[in-house]
Amino acid sequence: MKKKIGMSRKQIFPVTTGLLTLLVVLLLTALPATAQQPTPPPLISDDQVNAIAKEMYCPVCENVPLDVCPTQACAQWRELIREKLAAGWSEKQISDYFVEQYGARVLATPPATGFYWMIYLVPPAVILLGLFILYRALSAWKQPAPAMPGLTQRTGSTAPATDEYIQRVEEELKKQK
Amino acid sequence: MTQESLSTPSSPSARRLTWGKLVAWGGLIILLIIVAVALLQSQQGPVAIGKPAPDFTLTTFDGETIKLSNLRGKVVVVNFWASWCKPCEQEAADLETAWRDYQPRGDVAFIGIAWTDTEPASLAYIEKFGITYPNGPDLGTRISQAYRTTGVPETYIIDKNGILVNKKFSPFLSLAEIKAMIDPLLAP
Repeated sequence: MKKKIGMSRKQIFPVTTGLLTLLVVLLLTALPATAQQPTPPPLISDDQVNAIAKEMYCPVCENVPLDVCPTQACAQWRELIREKLAAGWSEKQISDYFVEQYGARVLATPPATGFYWMIYLVPPAVILLGLFILYRALSAWKQPAPAMPGLTQRTGSTAPATDEYIQRVEEELKKQK
Repeated sequence: MTQESLSTPSSPSARRLTWGKLVAWGGLIILLIIVAVALLQSQQGPVAIGKPAPDFTLTTFDGETIKLSNLRGKVVVVNFWASWCKPCEQEAADLETAWRDYQPRGDVAFIGIAWTDTEPASLAYIEKFGITYPNGPDLGTRISQAYRTTGVPETYIIDKNGILVNKKFSPFLSLAEIKAMIDPLLAP
């Protein structure tokens, strides 16, 4: 014979009804209270904050993008971005504000102005220089070695002499046999 | 014939080669100069004691403008800090006490510079420690770059002639330590 464990469906029903009633009452009492409060600022998600933060670097922890930096300084910066977004600032305005406050080095992509031009000019220039050197080297390898008259003359004059010498050696060897 | 054409310096190919080499070498030299300058700057280290302290203009959180060179005749204590810096908290109360002790004399100035800090956090820090001497943000990190700071807290003591006479790259451990740096500069 099976033993009945727990409550039956009939026993659960009044409990559920009671809980639902309580929930409805709580919701009804909460509604007027929230209606009286001022409109809350728009909720800014972490994704929205990180979309801007990933384009920045904090000077405290170099080489770590702001969106993943674990320090308190970076957490404060992300919070500042959230506040500015909630205040309706655009990405450009926030970026400009950070540059004004902390300098252009906070940007992942520095502006193409002043000394920062070097960042955009030097790498392509180095690549072009490398390509030029490579082209020169390859061209030099492809070209046949220039004729060297002195060498040819010497080779021309020595070849018969060598043959003659070999002949003489062979003759001597035959004689010895 | 071939040899002659190769060795003639005025031929177009030879000229192109010369210009190409010139551009390549010029570019390489410029690049090396830039790298050398950057390396020299990074190897400079902190501002030397006995040299004039770099001048700066600070706009405080209250909107007041302070120029270091206008404070000649006063001993100036320049303290770099940040609200997220725990060691800075160790010295905050002592710095404020020192300021309150020296303030009536009129010949000592304290300046706090918030480094890479957010304004709300800086103001909360100032309120938390009851700091009353002028404090402001290091806009664009220009002042910290001029002093070539390496972090926070860092404190620079400047004499009445604008010469850097002492510096501390860690928190002051006591009020006495702060006074020991300032008092010798206040000889009558």
